[in-house]
Amino acid sequence: MRFRKLLVLVAVLAAATTVLATAAGVAAPKQKTKSVTLVWWHNANQGAGLALWNAVAKEFHAKHPNVTVKPVAFQNEVLQNTRIPIALQSNNPPDVFQNWGGGSLVDQVKAGKVEDLTPYVKSWIKSLGGSVAGWQVNGKQYAIPYSVGVVGFWYNKDLFKQAGVTSTPKTWPQFMAAIAKLKQAGITPIAVGGRDRWPDAFYWDYLATKVCSKATMQQSAVSYNFSDPCWLKAGQLVDQLLKAQPFQAGFLATPAQQGATSSAGLLANGKAAMELQGHWNPGVMQPLTADNTIPSFLGWFPFPNVPGGKAAPNSLLGGGDGFSCSWKAPEPECAQFLQYISSLSVQRRIGSTNFGLPVAKGSESSVKDPNLKSVLAARSSSPFIQLYLDIAFSRAIGQELDNATADQFAGKATPAQVVSRIAAAAKKK
Amino acid sequence: MASSPEALTAGRAIERPAVGRVVRKWLRIAGYIAPAATLYVVFIIVPVVQAVHYSFYNWSGLGPLSEYIGLGNYREAFGDPAFRQAMEHNGILVALSLGLQLPLSLGVALMLNRPLKGRSVLRLIFFTPYILSEAITAIVFLQILQPGGLLDAFLKAIGLGSLVHLWLADLSLVFYTLFVVITWKYIGFAIILFLAGLQGIPPELHEAAAIDGATSWKQLRYITIPMLGPTIRIWAFLSIIGSIQLFDLVWIMTLGGPAGSSSTMATYMVDQGINSLRVGYATTVAVILFGICFVFSTLYQIFVLRRDVSGSSSRMAG
Repeated sequence: MRFRKLLVLVAVLAAATTVLATAAGVAAPKQKTKSVTLVWWHNANQGAGLALWNAVAKEFHAKHPNVTVKPVAFQNEVLQNTRIPIALQSNNPPDVFQNWGGGSLVDQVKAGKVEDLTPYVKSWIKSLGGSVAGWQVNGKQYAIPYSVGVVGFWYNKDLFKQAGVTSTPKTWPQFMAAIAKLKQAGITPIAVGGRDRWPDAFYWDYLATKVCSKATMQQSAVSYNFSDPCWLKAGQLVDQLLKAQPFQAGFLATPAQQGATSSAGLLANGKAAMELQGHWNPGVMQPLTADNTIPSFLGWFPFPNVPGGKAAPNSLLGGGDGFSCSWKAPEPECAQFLQYISSLSVQRRIGSTNFGLPVAKGSESSVKDPNLKSVLAARSSSPFIQLYLDIAFSRAIGQELDNATADQFAGKATPAQVVSRIAAAAKKK
Repeated sequence: MASSPEALTAGRAIERPAVGRVVRKWLRIAGYIAPAATLYVVFIIVPVVQAVHYSFYNWSGLGPLSEYIGLGNYREAFGDPAFRQAMEHNGILVALSLGLQLPLSLGVALMLNRPLKGRSVLRLIFFTPYILSEAITAIVFLQILQPGGLLDAFLKAIGLGSLVHLWLADLSLVFYTLFVVITWKYIGFAIILFLAGLQGIPPELHEAAAIDGATSWKQLRYITIPMLGPTIRIWAFLSIIGSIQLFDLVWIMTLGGPAGSSSTMATYMVDQGINSLRVGYATTVAVILFGICFVFSTLYQIFVLRRDVSGSSSRMAG
């Protein structure tokens, strides 16, 4: 017995020495390149996006063995509305997190919660082109976009043909004429997810983008001065649209994305001819169809221009997804990781899997889907892309915009009231 | 010197057990309540105090609390037509719950208390909705109440197509649609409570009354309902608090819309806090909601529940 105990003791000691020796051996090179972990919060919680981000985390670790990337996927609204604001207020924020730019980014910068990436990205940021501007505050880069899309009309080619609408409308009067033709043919012209409010705001945003000049749009997102008559004009055009009653029955209570009776589901199942939505819509529609495929009748056209508007023709409304580094993130590792996401290798895969519309120059050809190709073409040829106004404005003001336009859709607010409510929300800020 | 320690010990010998017993008794009490009290203080008292503190600031939830605005948030809340509308909805909900759910559930409970074929099946059917979570109830009814959904199809099939409405999109109807769903979900709970209460009424009372020639209506009025009093009062308390705090079902079905026509104080609060990130202001709404519940519960305890509670405590003492 005693002999055995002694043996065990010797064995344990020997093992411990080996472990210590190994640890010392590992510790030595550690001092040269410190070992860090990047916790990465993103919103790609399913499908191609989830697979891609998991692969990207592994690839980056293979290239930089001292950096371990821990991706954590959240449902989009949970991430944007709850997890990120709370985590940024805590002492333990994620290192890399999803950022939609605009007014929320300004608020995060003001509170000192995001790192200024300018010095780290100088050498390569040009490869992403002009779209990075949406993630700058006072000329400094605080987040890097990986996908930027534009809002437009997803439409049913068969229903258009059936109603005798032979070409997609290029101007607002043509658009109103198409609505009249569709109604005559007994087809619901447009599906809208009124319950969620932001789909209503897309119309108001877009009409403002078409009738206000670029300078007015850009100044208003900073000064919150809405005295230019173009804002009222946008609301009046919304009223004109509402008067034509182009929407499905009960559109005020229709969710945008959940279930076959949502606005995306109505379009996907041939119950409505159009929906004004972002570039993500095919991905939303696919699981809402009976055979789980993107319908073959689906087409896309950009929001029609408004004659007499002050905006340059083909000005568009859009937005995108990016990532920023929190104030606690290790640098330069975090910026290096964002550089990897911006590399052609990753950007091409974003395009080829239909996960998003990549921004790096030279990655455009990876987009193969014909509809996403037309979205990309519109994006490339547009003179000005206005960020969704509810994102561009500071959060509380953007939400009041959504609420006020939703009230207008419900007949509870006039165009003038919408403008004054947004201005009032800006004063509270 | 020699005598004083003795005197001390003698003194101690008399005092120590008395003091020691009291101290030990309180230590024991403290030991028993410490775990619960700690949880209560950390998760209830501290957050309430913090919330009151936040409610005096204009705060987005990011960065330090720096913009003190006194009662500004409170003034804004009571001046905002949207919040007043939400409070009104909560008030209507309380009135409808007491005015409609009470007679309805009492009637069903009385029916199910009688010898009746398939009684246990009926009890099961009435109680099942209560087991479902509010989220599942909301999603199921969202599908049923869609334009052209199950309800509309059913109405058309039985020739009542003229009754088809935009149940969730009609601004003047949506709130009452939600009330029907809430009633469907929670009536089973009231019925089970009342059935339990009915079981506690001694049958001799009814027998004696019947022998004295009391009609069944009189038995109901003078025996059943008074004897059910404590149960009804507890149910009313739970129902009123539930109506004031209603959130999940409304949020999933309508987000408080269209145009605020189905909002409650809680949906208004989440809209302001989570969606608009006006954390200071939303906290103010939370404090108001807390204040309403607190004042109501206290008054209800003092004026309504006291007789039930004092009755039971005196029985315990006896």
